[in-house]
Amino acid sequence: MSTTINPGALLLEHFETRSRRRRGRLSRNATLIVGCTLLGLVIVASLAAPLLTNYSPETLDPLRPLAPPLSSGHLLGTDEFGRDIFARILYGGRIDLLVAFGATGVTLVVGTAIGLVSGYFGGWVDAVIMRIVDLFFAFPFFVLVIAIVAMLGPSIFNMFIAIWLTSWISYARITRGHTVVAKGREYVLAAKALGYRHSRVMLRHILPNVVSFVLIFAMVDAVGNVLLGAALGFLGLGAKPPSPEWGAMISDGQNYILSSWWLSTLPGIAIVIVGVGFSLLGDGLADLLRADD
Amino acid sequence: MTETLALSERPAGAAGDEILRVEGLHTFIRTEGGVVRAVDDVSFTLRRGEILGVVGESGSGKSVTCRTLMGLMPSPPAWSIGDVRYAERPGRNLLEVSGAELQRLRGAHLSMIFQDPMSALNPVMRVGDQIEEAVAAHARLGGRERHRRAVALLDRVGIPAAERRMRGYPHEFSGGMRQRVLIAVAIASRPKVLFADEPTTALDVIIQDQILSLLLELQRDFGMSMVLVSHDLGVIAEMCDRIAVMYAGQIVELADATALLTAPRHPYTISLLRSLPDSERRSRYLPAIIGAPPQLIDIAPGCRFAPRCALAQTECQTWDTELIDVGDEHLVRCWRHDDARRPGAWPEQSFA
Amino acid sequence: MARYRFIGRRVLQLIPVLFGITVVTFFLLRLIPGDPALQILGQHYTKAGAVEVRHALGLDRPLWQQYVLFVQHLFQGNLGESITFKQSARSVITERLPPTLFLVAYAATVATVVSIPTGVVSALRRSGVFDQTARVTTLVGFAMPPFWLGIILILIFSIHLHVFPVNGYGNSFTAHLDHLFLPSLTIALGFSTILIRTLRSSTLAVLASDYVDTARVKGISRLAVLRKHVLRNAIVSVVVVFGINLAYLISGTVIVETVFGIPGVGSLLIDSVSTRDYPVVQGVTLVFAVLVVAINLLTDLVHASLDPRVVLE
Repeated sequence: MSTTINPGALLLEHFETRSRRRRGRLSRNATLIVGCTLLGLVIVASLAAPLLTNYSPETLDPLRPLAPPLSSGHLLGTDEFGRDIFARILYGGRIDLLVAFGATGVTLVVGTAIGLVSGYFGGWVDAVIMRIVDLFFAFPFFVLVIAIVAMLGPSIFNMFIAIWLTSWISYARITRGHTVVAKGREYVLAAKALGYRHSRVMLRHILPNVVSFVLIFAMVDAVGNVLLGAALGFLGLGAKPPSPEWGAMISDGQNYILSSWWLSTLPGIAIVIVGVGFSLLGDGLADLLRADD
Repeated sequence: MTETLALSERPAGAAGDEILRVEGLHTFIRTEGGVVRAVDDVSFTLRRGEILGVVGESGSGKSVTCRTLMGLMPSPPAWSIGDVRYAERPGRNLLEVSGAELQRLRGAHLSMIFQDPMSALNPVMRVGDQIEEAVAAHARLGGRERHRRAVALLDRVGIPAAERRMRGYPHEFSGGMRQRVLIAVAIASRPKVLFADEPTTALDVIIQDQILSLLLELQRDFGMSMVLVSHDLGVIAEMCDRIAVMYAGQIVELADATALLTAPRHPYTISLLRSLPDSERRSRYLPAIIGAPPQLIDIAPGCRFAPRCALAQTECQTWDTELIDVGDEHLVRCWRHDDARRPGAWPEQSFA
Repeated sequence: MARYRFIGRRVLQLIPVLFGITVVTFFLLRLIPGDPALQILGQHYTKAGAVEVRHALGLDRPLWQQYVLFVQHLFQGNLGESITFKQSARSVITERLPPTLFLVAYAATVATVVSIPTGVVSALRRSGVFDQTARVTTLVGFAMPPFWLGIILILIFSIHLHVFPVNGYGNSFTAHLDHLFLPSLTIALGFSTILIRTLRSSTLAVLASDYVDTARVKGISRLAVLRKHVLRNAIVSVVVVFGINLAYLISGTVIVETVFGIPGVGSLLIDSVSTRDYPVVQGVTLVFAVLVVAINLLTDLVHASLDPRVVLE
């Protein structure tokens, strides 16, 4: 009997047996599929931006400012400087997606590692780390990020630093909780009895069982980070003009909200699409993993 | 074989006339995999003052039967058909009564206690309040009278310092005490019929005895009829006047307790009885019934026990099963019931 | 008796947290790369001016001394001098605190009022039209940036429909309710998505439990079962989630105050960031943290009062 659970193998097996199951089960995986598709589309679109549009996000066109969507060759219209909105959204996607994956990815890895160590070794290491985690949780997350960015100076990179410094705590807490539970289970006791090195027990035995919970949370966190990045862009604390970051675009568009609603509205829709994509992905994953219980 | 099972000490023939008659009860549950026939053509009668035992494995449909009769099955995805007659409501099929009527019946006529006393009590409500709620459900009473009756009930079910314990919360009681509280709640409005769904399964053995004795006492004092559900044959044997054996959603044998325990006629019942530990028969192993009960979705026609039955023959798989009356109100769902009685008919390796 | 011990324990547990908050807030200022005097004075940088600024910020002393001084000042209620406003940071913050508190309370109320019926009905009529609609709405709502939502709401309700004022705070209680409705709604909608989901799943869990069946079996009315047994238990886990996510609620005020032009501490934070008013930034962060701690304590107490099992730790 296998003492470890390999989520990759589980996923593969699940997809293989899926075709043998009845119709009812398929709808459960639809969430996963839709989520993946949405995100995939956005990623591909922003990466393939040069292929999808001739315009550059920065070229000014003083002759055609504030053109409404579907007019004069601009699919989504232009902003006050005549820059093509569609192009700006596509290229801006690169920034916001970078935040989503970059911020989430690093905090995921670091936070999980810290949580594993904390839960596995227990004792004063655990006590200290968890006190630090609890402490950070006392701060309204957003406020802390803003404060850090304020101190370091507004820029995309400092935004990353601020998120990295503050976001790891959630992962640490989740991982630690599950590690403590796993520590008492037979398969871990067996591994330890066999004299495996700590790192091996943690990585090959405990981690695979914890990873599913962490991944699901990561999806939720990704949504949060996208919104966070956009919010900082909106406030002028992250991406700087003329960067086509979506939050910054929304902020710029505020002044023209009465006449040209599309400046602020469309980038927001893009954010929502990315957010929904991640949410569905997370839900789908949760269903998938729950179904295997 | 049966000497090891204690029999009820109650006089035979204590039961009166019919109080509940169930005919052709079916409960279907729609699930993602298909429609489950959780209860399939169950029929039985319950007499006044009688204790009917329903025994079977998990998934045999015993709990669902009780819940269906109490109207507790969630309405999508479950639905039921059948004819259920209750003596105090002549001319009405209980499965078709209105919500308001069902509310009147519950508590005052039909009541139920559940398996796990911890999860069966509201964790955020004081025990006293929960009992008072039951008392007040069918009686218009002032606060003081309600309280007095609740305390009396707690006392009646054997909880010491009842007045003080009224203010306690469920988690402050032990398992056995909680079950007593549940019983108090269930009988608060003097029901005529009590469904007890595995009332002692979650308790340890010594407490089990106490609870069963309590149930017997109350049943006798109030003249209640009881349907006692359990997977534990020992409990059933101790308490019941008549026994129904359920398998895969169907009743496979229904008879007077003594008759069923001393002279069972259905292969499943026989195997069940043989699989009980017997201190007098010193064998090296316990004959278990190999295999597992069938899935109740898209179930094939024919006898459901056939795949595991030592007496099975080809006809069993196509026989449209029905309950056969073998005399003295003993019903068996097996056409080989006569053979089942003869040890010689059983293949050799069935028993140690 | 156990209740009072519980409260006492909780309050005592706050002390290390508060202590930690002071440490983090203290170190915030130390994050500034390079010379903060340079940042602050900018074009007006002079050597003498820089020395003055550093002295004012207490940066010319050893670190531990700075920290002790910092805590001392805190106890005296001194949060430093606001560079922009030329008055004590504390008075600036105290001035701007009421609108934020009002907003938080208002948003929390709106969120609760919206979420409870929606979550419960979704669970009761599981997979029905209402449930499906609610799920889609919460899915999309969760991904909506609050600043965007705020702008859209202004566009629709203030500009086109003229139902609510565009921004500001108002001068009377009723004016506050009027001005803060859209902002509260913006925060509440984001917060509600989490609450609705939690309430829905906790109600479903409760509906499946045995004690609900026990209650039904007593023969009491469906309403009574719903009220005293289902709701009463489902609420408990919602309170917990409410508390956990309250930090997000409070964070939301920052953005929303900026979009709607409300003179609260949230917008103060943003203003101070752009003017590099570090003492105020620090002070606001501290205030927010204390607010979160206070509300968490309150939530814990409410939770304990709702669930008798909590008191035994």
